[in-house]
Amino acid sequence: MQELSLNVLDIAQNSVRAKAGLIEIAVEEDCKRDSLIITVKDDGCGMTQEQVQRVTDPFFTTRTTRKVGLGVPLLKMAAEMTGGSFSIRSAVGEGTTVTASFARSHIDRMPLGDMAATICSLIQCNPDIDFVYTYRYGEQSFAADTRQFRQVLEGVPLSEPEVLGYIGDFIRENTAELQTNQG
Amino acid sequence: MKSLAELQALRDKMKNNMGIRSDDTGNIRVVVGMATCGIAAGARPVLQAFTEEVAKRNLQNITITQTGCIGICQYEPVVEVMEPGKEKVTYVKMTPEKAVKVVLEHLVNGNVVAEYTIGAAAK
Repeated sequence: MQELSLNVLDIAQNSVRAKAGLIEIAVEEDCKRDSLIITVKDDGCGMTQEQVQRVTDPFFTTRTTRKVGLGVPLLKMAAEMTGGSFSIRSAVGEGTTVTASFARSHIDRMPLGDMAATICSLIQCNPDIDFVYTYRYGEQSFAADTRQFRQVLEGVPLSEPEVLGYIGDFIRENTAELQTNQG
Repeated sequence: MKSLAELQALRDKMKNNMGIRSDDTGNIRVVVGMATCGIAAGARPVLQAFTEEVAKRNLQNITITQTGCIGICQYEPVVEVMEPGKEKVTYVKMTPEKAVKVVLEHLVNGNVVAEYTIGAAAK
């Protein structure tokens, strides 16, 4: 993976397969604490404690088409490479929360990359799932919430290219604004 | 800051155009592999290129969607084109540039781009 936003896209696919109705993705950057924290939280089917323990093992997967599952181990490695940490909380029937913490200024911390493209890809391919993307930079934050967009759209599908274009610009412009406001 | 009022304006514009859209018969499905292997190999820009090109040409009856790992990770990014009444076409090692050509040649003109297919790559 060349950028963290691709890891996020990959991890969120697990939530899609867990039949989540709502997937909440957060990126929190804090220059003072030198941290970057990524959270993917879903209300999907969740995992048993045994599965949670084994999911960071690259040779564990619930799939039957192949023998490896690299998504979670790759994100864990990306976080730990920077001296950061990684955790998964999950309960059957309640959902799963994946948290990866990075040392923001560490030389091995991959760039965040194009989060707008990640969120738009997820919305486009999963029109029945709601997504909330929260970006925090220091003290300020904004959220892109498909439940709110749906309300405005009155039946026009989120997967329409023009709508996706709007959502992409919404994320890009608001992210840039937060970053320039605080230098 | 982008406002929700902009989205409202977009909605009103689109509601007027929704009526002319025909039903799902003859719908072509473009399926992009978006598992770990596909994403790592560059599936996201390929998906984006298909979406943008289809939108730019205002092509109707084309659905772009995703699938998981289909077990040929060495050929990712993999894109399958499924057309009713026709055999499935599997394109391999796709790039945004190849995606644009597939939209033009295959989706618009109906000619499979043989050189990008798995049959050509496996030789």
